[in-house]
Amino acid sequence: MLGALVIVFREVVEAGLVVGIVLAATRGIAGRSWRVSLGILCGVLGASIVAAFAGAISNAFAGSGQELLNATVLIIAVVSLTWHNVWMAEHGRELAADMRRVGTEVSEGQKPLAVLAIVVFVAVMREGSEVVLFLYGIVVAGTDMGSLLTGGVLGLAAGAALSALSYYGLVALPLRYIFSVTGLLLTLLAAGMAAQAVHFLQLAGVINVFQSRLWDTSWLLSDSSILGRMLHVLIGYEDRPTELQVIAYAATLAIILVLIRMARSERQPRTAS
Amino acid sequence: MRTLIGLFALLMIFAPVANAAEEIAVTIKDHKFSPDEIHVPANQAVTLRVTNADATPEEFESHDFDVEKVIAGGQSAIIRLQPLDAGPYRFYGEYHEDTAQGVLVAE
Repeated sequence: MLGALVIVFREVVEAGLVVGIVLAATRGIAGRSWRVSLGILCGVLGASIVAAFAGAISNAFAGSGQELLNATVLIIAVVSLTWHNVWMAEHGRELAADMRRVGTEVSEGQKPLAVLAIVVFVAVMREGSEVVLFLYGIVVAGTDMGSLLTGGVLGLAAGAALSALSYYGLVALPLRYIFSVTGLLLTLLAAGMAAQAVHFLQLAGVINVFQSRLWDTSWLLSDSSILGRMLHVLIGYEDRPTELQVIAYAATLAIILVLIRMARSERQPRTAS
Repeated sequence: MRTLIGLFALLMIFAPVANAAEEIAVTIKDHKFSPDEIHVPANQAVTLRVTNADATPEEFESHDFDVEKVIAGGQSAIIRLQPLDAGPYRFYGEYHEDTAQGVLVAE
C-alpha cells in the first residue's frame, strides 16, 4: 500500500505544482476555472491514451518513441510558457491595475489563459500516464487490490493537498507582487522543462553532443528524493545535469528575459495600445 | 495539435535508425530482472533491450544512469546508455521496487 501511495503521490505532486502555479498566475482572470479544468481533463484523457498505446509509442522510431513524445510535449510547454511571459510583460501591468480597480474579475487575459491551459494539459498528461499504467497494473494483477487502491487514493489526496497548499501560499502574496512572482516561477519552470526535453533527446540518441555531466550534487540533494523532485519540477533542479542540459536551461532563461525586456521597451514610448 | 504533430515529425527525422551496436537483453518476469547483474564495457555506449514478460506494465528506472522508461506488459523497449565510468549502477522497476532490483556494472 505504501508503495502505491508513494508513486501516486509523487506523480500527482509533480503535475499539481504546475497546476497550482498556473492557477495563481491567472488569479482574477475570468473563465480561468473552466480553462484549467479543461486542461486537467484533457490531460487525464491524454494520459489514458498514452498509457493505452504505451507499447506502440515505445516501439516507434527505433525504440525512441517515448522519449521523442516526451521531448515534443515538453518543447510545446516551453514555447507556451515563453509566449505567456512575454504577453504578461506587455499587458501584465494593465491586468494588475484592472484587478485593483474593478475588484475581482478581468476579461482581458484570455489568450495567456488558453496557453497556460496547454501547459496544464502537458503536465497532467506526462505524470498522469505513469499513474494510469501503474493502476492498470494493479487491476490486471488482481492481487491485493484493495490495499493498493487505498494507497493510490491516499496518494492522490495527499498530492492534491500539497498542491493546494502551494497555490494558497502563492495567492496569499500581495496583489502587487503576484504577477512578478508567478512570472518568475513560470520562467524557471520553462527553463527546467527545456533541460528535461534535452535529456529525453539525449536518451533517444537524437543529440549526442555535450553529454558529460557538469556536476554531481546527489550527495547533497538527490533528485529522486521528494524535495529533490519538487525542486526538479519547480526550478528544474538536476543533481547530475549534462552540459547540454545546463546550456538549454541558461539559454531558455536568457531568451525569455531578453524577449520580456524587448516587449517592455517597445511598450514604453507608445501611449495607446 | 497540428504544431504537436509537426514537431513530433520534425524530431523523428533526427531519430536514429536501427542501432548497429550490440544489444544486451534483460527480461522482467514475475517482477524480477534476469539477469539482475549486467556487465557492460566502461566508457562505451551500449544498448539494452528490456523485455517485460509480465502481463503488467513496468517502469524501468535508474537514478544512477538516469533512465526512466515505461514498458507495457508483454513488450520490449530499447534503452540507450551513454558511455559510463567504471563502477556499479543500480536500476529497478519503479512499479515493483521491492522485487525488481538489479545492478549494471561498467568495467
